[in-house]
Amino acid sequence: MTAPVTAPSPSPTESRATAPAIELKGISKSFGPVQANKDISIRVMPGTIHGIIGENGAGKSTLMSILYGFYKADAGEIFINGHKTEIPDSQAAIAAGIGMVFQHFKLVKNFTVLENIVLGAEEGRLLRPSLKKARGVLKQLAEEYELNVDPDALIEDLSVGHQQRVEILKALYRQADILILDEPTGVLTPAEADHLFRILNNLRAEGKTIILITHKLREIMEITDSVSVMRRGEMTDTVSTSGTNPEQLAEMMVGRKVLLRVDKTPANPGEKFLEIEGLRVVDDAGVERLKGIGLTIRAGEILGIAGVSGNGQSELLEVLGGMIPATSGTVRVRGEEIDITGKHSDGQSRRARGIAHVPEDRQHEGLIMDFHAWENICFGYHHDPKFQANRFLMDNEALRKDTEAKIERFDIRPPNCWTAAKNFSGGNQQKIVVAREIERNPDILLVGQPTRGVDIGAIEFIHKQIVALRDAGKAILLVSVELDEIMSLSDRIAVMFDGQIMGERLPADTNERELGLLMAGVTDAPTGAAPALEETIHG
Amino acid sequence: MDKMPAWADAILVPLISLLLAAILSALVIIGIGEDPIAAVKLMVSGALGSTYGWGYTLYYATNFIFTGLAVAVAFHASLFNIGGEGQATLGGLGVAIICLALPWPHWSLALLAAIGFSALFGAMWALIPAYLQAKRGSHIVITTIMFNFIAAALLNYVLVNVMRPVGSMDPASARFSEAVHIPTLHELLAPIGIEFSKAAPANVSLLVALLACFLVWLLIWRTRLGYQIRAFGKSESAAKYAGINPVRITVIAMLISGGLAGLMAINNVMGEAERLVLNATEGAGFIGIAVALMGRNHPFGILLAAILFGFLYQGGAELALWTSIPRELIVVIQALVILFTGALDNMVRIPLEKLFVRFRRSSAGGSSR
Repeated sequence: MTAPVTAPSPSPTESRATAPAIELKGISKSFGPVQANKDISIRVMPGTIHGIIGENGAGKSTLMSILYGFYKADAGEIFINGHKTEIPDSQAAIAAGIGMVFQHFKLVKNFTVLENIVLGAEEGRLLRPSLKKARGVLKQLAEEYELNVDPDALIEDLSVGHQQRVEILKALYRQADILILDEPTGVLTPAEADHLFRILNNLRAEGKTIILITHKLREIMEITDSVSVMRRGEMTDTVSTSGTNPEQLAEMMVGRKVLLRVDKTPANPGEKFLEIEGLRVVDDAGVERLKGIGLTIRAGEILGIAGVSGNGQSELLEVLGGMIPATSGTVRVRGEEIDITGKHSDGQSRRARGIAHVPEDRQHEGLIMDFHAWENICFGYHHDPKFQANRFLMDNEALRKDTEAKIERFDIRPPNCWTAAKNFSGGNQQKIVVAREIERNPDILLVGQPTRGVDIGAIEFIHKQIVALRDAGKAILLVSVELDEIMSLSDRIAVMFDGQIMGERLPADTNERELGLLMAGVTDAPTGAAPALEETIHG
Repeated sequence: MDKMPAWADAILVPLISLLLAAILSALVIIGIGEDPIAAVKLMVSGALGSTYGWGYTLYYATNFIFTGLAVAVAFHASLFNIGGEGQATLGGLGVAIICLALPWPHWSLALLAAIGFSALFGAMWALIPAYLQAKRGSHIVITTIMFNFIAAALLNYVLVNVMRPVGSMDPASARFSEAVHIPTLHELLAPIGIEFSKAAPANVSLLVALLACFLVWLLIWRTRLGYQIRAFGKSESAAKYAGINPVRITVIAMLISGGLAGLMAINNVMGEAERLVLNATEGAGFIGIAVALMGRNHPFGILLAAILFGFLYQGGAELALWTSIPRELIVVIQALVILFTGALDNMVRIPLEKLFVRFRRSSAGGSSR
């Protein structure tokens, strides 16, 4: 039995003056044999923003689900404003003044903002009085906190940033004093994220308590007062934000020193490996997702596509990977045009041309979650003769050998080729996909969100693999919503907005502000980087 | 990290489900004033107590193996083929046509031809729903059910208007010739000195069914096609990523499924009736769904489940014959078995899983002390 890590107690004057808004004592929760939370204690003082940071699967979401009444803790106590509180369900959480903003919004898309806010908090059988009251409250909240949303707009017509505001308004309308936000900036542009932080600052100023769950160190440093680090279900430490730095937090999260910057030499671009011209995609609903994309990637360089998700990056990857047909346009691989519109444009034809693809969604695309690791290692390459024992049967023995070799080289854990894909952690699942695709030694590698939901330790490893492939003279197309990742990994950055390329920049000559503007579709951003770009390409 | 060892999932869960179904059935039998112990004894002796009983049990089981495999293959592609009944009906038509069309010199040649034709007819009957699903998105559950009705009506028409011998008042085809009579177990086992009931209908089709089990296992777990079928069945979006053509896999999986269901006809039409009659399938297509569910879509599980249902069929018939337990109640007992082993599977699995986890944790805690 190890002694539980105790949170540093707040300064004596503080604790005497006020009780903590939230205090968790010795919370434990396990799912079957997996212990998701182990003896966790936190105190969050009122009027502060408290960050909870940790890798995927560290138990952050479980802890918050316990606080919001979705799960019942196996052991431990919850105190709200100094009073011991039982939270058996979310109704009780709301009654205790807790509001939650989920990563995936829980809004009715074809309801108006007002209707969504009242939903579940109606007073009486008739809607009109509740709506009228809500309209008044909403106006007041909007003024107080910069939470402006048109109350009569339909949710489906709102941008993601505005939808998030509706979620916050929902919580405030239910008189929440404690607000929990789960990865709130994952879907926002940098400008929207800035606005969100202003709102959070306003809320803090009004005495609200905010818990921010995130895996982004920058956000923790920017806005929180104190931060708790979780690792493998345990609370590693709680520190005040002003007394720490990103490197230290990363080390606490992973348990060892981590390189936060990508270590790479300048690119040495060669011949044109992938040329895209006038690429258009109209989806089944008749919406034009790609509006004439033109890009060139050379051997030995990484082209990063920045953009808020949903602006056509997924479609770009899917067309290039053969998952969906293009409507028109040309794509040349090493100078030879490939079929992108026809019947025979599929994943198999792409692989035959030396295009490998680490898809954005490894759980629904890159892997069959119920398959063993060894069954996943040939996924997409199952026609390769080296995996066939004879004309009829597959060579499962060869597959398992191949898997074991990859497990060894990529340090995949647990090192067992009989483990089902779903039972690996996110990082190890991604390693399986990356191992499979990179070991094919492709000419062109398409990579979508390579580190989404991947722990920091594995991020470092995956980035290294991508850079190594670049150094081997291959062309890499990287799509990521993490601007940090794009900035640090790319040799060139193209920004996508609304199915178009808004511009190309060199990482050295641009900054987050400029990229953020381009991501939001503002084209009159300073174009000082353009000449430099021309120079590098021709020089 | 698996929550329960595989053997418990594969063996313990169905056994407990079966036990629950048996207990409930016993209560029902007590409720109508009969003795459940005597009923079980009668069922066991009737179905398994003699080679005659075994002959019937295995005959039914052969039907269920084919239809169970049919459901399982489609299910691996995530397609719920409810149309085994119709496909088996069409398979019967194929067998009757080929058996009556040519003067067969020997049963073995006729059997090979019948295997080909029954599978072909069954597969073709599955092709249309498969195509509609793959190309038009018409749900295969709906279309295969409808095709059952169409098959029944078609058989009715063909028997009355086309295949009925002149002068016959029976809506059935002419009797097949002696030459296409395939050996029963009695005839097969007699040369090696085993006395098997002469009257029981179990026949050489059983061996074909066992071969089919093996081939399906090979297909699903050892071939590239099976790999693609399983991948498509588990995740259509991932299949798309890998370049597996969904239309192709849907159609192929349904062709194989329909072919297997059609194959049942070599047992009931060629092996037993030796002519084509109305309602020849007797619901075996539907029992196949329960068999596949209980057998976890694995050929070996399907074999065991098919024998169990064969036992219930034959034992149930004996009950109806010798006790005052009405025929309908036997259907109730069969339904209870299906309900518990198929639909209420999680009712047993989840508590059992919890029990295992608790047991493991307490034993792990004990060892660390």
